[in-house]
Amino acid sequence: MSKDAILSAIRRGLKRGPLPEDQQAMLRARMAAHPRHLIPARSRVARPAQVALFVGNVEKEFGTVERVADAAEIPAAIAQYLAGQNLPPRFVMAPHPELQALPWGRAPMLAHEARRAQASDLVSVQHGFAGVAETGTLMLPSDPARPTTLNILADTEIVVLRSSAIVGAYEEAWDRLRTAGKLGDPHASGVMPRNVMFVTGPSRSADIEQTLELGAHGPRRLHIVLLDDDPEAR
Amino acid sequence: MVHLTSPAFKTNAARAMRDPGLQKALGTAKGAFLQRRAAAVAALPEFEALRDIGREIKNHTLAHLDFYLETFAANVERVGGKVHWCSTAEEARATVLKICQDEGAKTVTKGKSMISEELGINDHLEAHGIQPVETDLGEYILQLRREHPSHIIAPAFHLNREDWEADFRRMHTDLPPDRVFAERRDILAEARTRLREKFLAADVGITGANFLIAETGSSVIVTNEGNGDLTQTLPRVHIALASIEKVVPTLEDCCSLLRLLARSATGQDFSVYTTFSTGPKRAPDLDGPEAYHVVLLDNGRSNMMGTEFQEMLRCIRCAACMNHCPVYGAVGGHAYGWVYPGPMGSVLTPSLVGVEKTGHLPNASTFCGKCESVCPVKIPLPKMMRHWREREFERHLTPASMRRGLGLWAWFAQRPALYRAVTRFGIGAVALLGRGRGSFRSLPLAGGWTEGRDLPVPEGGTFMARYKAQQRKAAR
Ligand code: SF4
Repeated sequence: MSKDAILSAIRRGLKRGPLPEDQQAMLRARMAAHPRHLIPARSRVARPAQVALFVGNVEKEFGTVERVADAAEIPAAIAQYLAGQNLPPRFVMAPHPELQALPWGRAPMLAHEARRAQASDLVSVQHGFAGVAETGTLMLPSDPARPTTLNILADTEIVVLRSSAIVGAYEEAWDRLRTAGKLGDPHASGVMPRNVMFVTGPSRSADIEQTLELGAHGPRRLHIVLLDDDPEAR
Repeated sequence: MVHLTSPAFKTNAARAMRDPGLQKALGTAKGAFLQRRAAAVAALPEFEALRDIGREIKNHTLAHLDFYLETFAANVERVGGKVHWCSTAEEARATVLKICQDEGAKTVTKGKSMISEELGINDHLEAHGIQPVETDLGEYILQLRREHPSHIIAPAFHLNREDWEADFRRMHTDLPPDRVFAERRDILAEARTRLREKFLAADVGITGANFLIAETGSSVIVTNEGNGDLTQTLPRVHIALASIEKVVPTLEDCCSLLRLLARSATGQDFSVYTTFSTGPKRAPDLDGPEAYHVVLLDNGRSNMMGTEFQEMLRCIRCAACMNHCPVYGAVGGHAYGWVYPGPMGSVLTPSLVGVEKTGHLPNASTFCGKCESVCPVKIPLPKMMRHWREREFERHLTPASMRRGLGLWAWFAQRPALYRAVTRFGIGAVALLGRGRGSFRSLPLAGGWTEGRDLPVPEGGTFMARYKAQQRKAAR
């Protein structure tokens, strides 16, 4: 069997047999503790500066951000953004309770359907799980309330994110996800969600003469509506 | 497997240097990568410290590779995925074909994967009536041209914008032939539209993997275009192709390596999409593939363990070594004659396909050391190329003329006084020949050397003579 052949060739190279049980236990303990390594100092700053770093990095990577003070303002903010981009007032939305609870009636021209995305959807609205300040990166894990197709099929992706969900480093975003698992969220029993996307700006390609051009296969525009729900981060 | 033309490296290289289109492309492309990498590295003061961490993470993993691979496989299976261990390219090809056939697949979309090049999977699928569609923009045009990648992260490194326009006009015949490509963006838009239908129609999606995470059983891809995500999300089946050295223990270990990868590769702080896939669609999910397979390929790597080439298995395929290599910059990727070009290819290719046919590659180096100095996991590439040269010499695979020359040199070198006398004479003779010009374009008996570079005319004596003169000056 190839599995045995591969493992024994590796062990032959390492000049040992299978790892003794005590050493295996040590490696399992390392995985259970999943220690962090060096975290760059750039994100080790006070909360307001962390949020500002996130916003600055999103913009550097050609994304856009609008900050709103109250969840009730989100529908109007989305309606305005779409009008400003000359986009129709229709979108596919993640069936997430927080998004569904928004007062959509306040933007009566807007129409949405809560489902996975299809090829014909021009605009999607996703629920952001976390933002990572060090590079302006969104963490978008899949679950029934956050379909993956919303991140890749539409021409324009809008992500609603709470400022309280912005962390400094990638490791802190994983910590949030690990904790959510323990709290019995959809990612129960410590199992990874099927898909976790880190998204940094709209899609692009450098394949033609190594020159970055926006608008490859994924969304051509990435817009973040940032809800300032964290008093410490203002 | 991709056809091996490494034995003809010298002819390949000579042809490459006479190809004006290629030389233009190499000139345009190179500068962009170098400047962007330098800027990204300068903006992260911890970059040097992270290189040491990256090296340590990979060394730790390799020292326990058997354990982490078994843990990875167990975790994939725990979430309902399947792992296929494959010793050879042939076995991996058969495995992929069987999965596609069991699925009744007609078309297969593909994300960028160097392992798939190693397997030559496209030809194999086509031969069995299954249509593979490359979806990475660079891979897409290469499929239209029936070519192989010339670079590990920018497959169409050797092409100019004119080539793109001409090929799109030639192949997309249903579009108006006189359409205008005013910007690079227009080329991108045409490919996007064209590939949309393919993404939606595909039965199986094949991606590579930049990392495998043992702790969670995840495969990780890093892309800018989003094609990899469409490939692994929309079809009913996702197959991830990965070689055994891609595994790392934890998500945190992966984060440290990710901080190095994009900066070293394209000079971005982070790529647009870094995606962790773990098993098939969960029952209540609204999207995602119904089946998830990992094809775990050895293809000669396990034999590198415990040898002087083990450290090569730390490679995270960032391409910094080739971007900074003067030889790659002069001849491009195709001259190397197999899947992996540049310094990393010169070390890896002989390990995977045998040094007998690839002995020229470790010699394609100026030993300037730039590759090692930019490698994010500090692989001693020049040292390893030297190891290959030594092995090759021991095996008497070096061409006879070179062996004679080196043997003669060794004989003189062991007799310092004689050596100095002879080199003094030689230098004088060469200087005389070259009087009035700065460098030689060609030189008798050294055609192989001067064909691709100019030899500066020596000015004033041997190194030893100059060194002595300096010492005398300093002593005064
Ligand atoms: S050898 Fe180093 S520099 Fe070259 S591709 Fe691998 S990791 Fe990058």
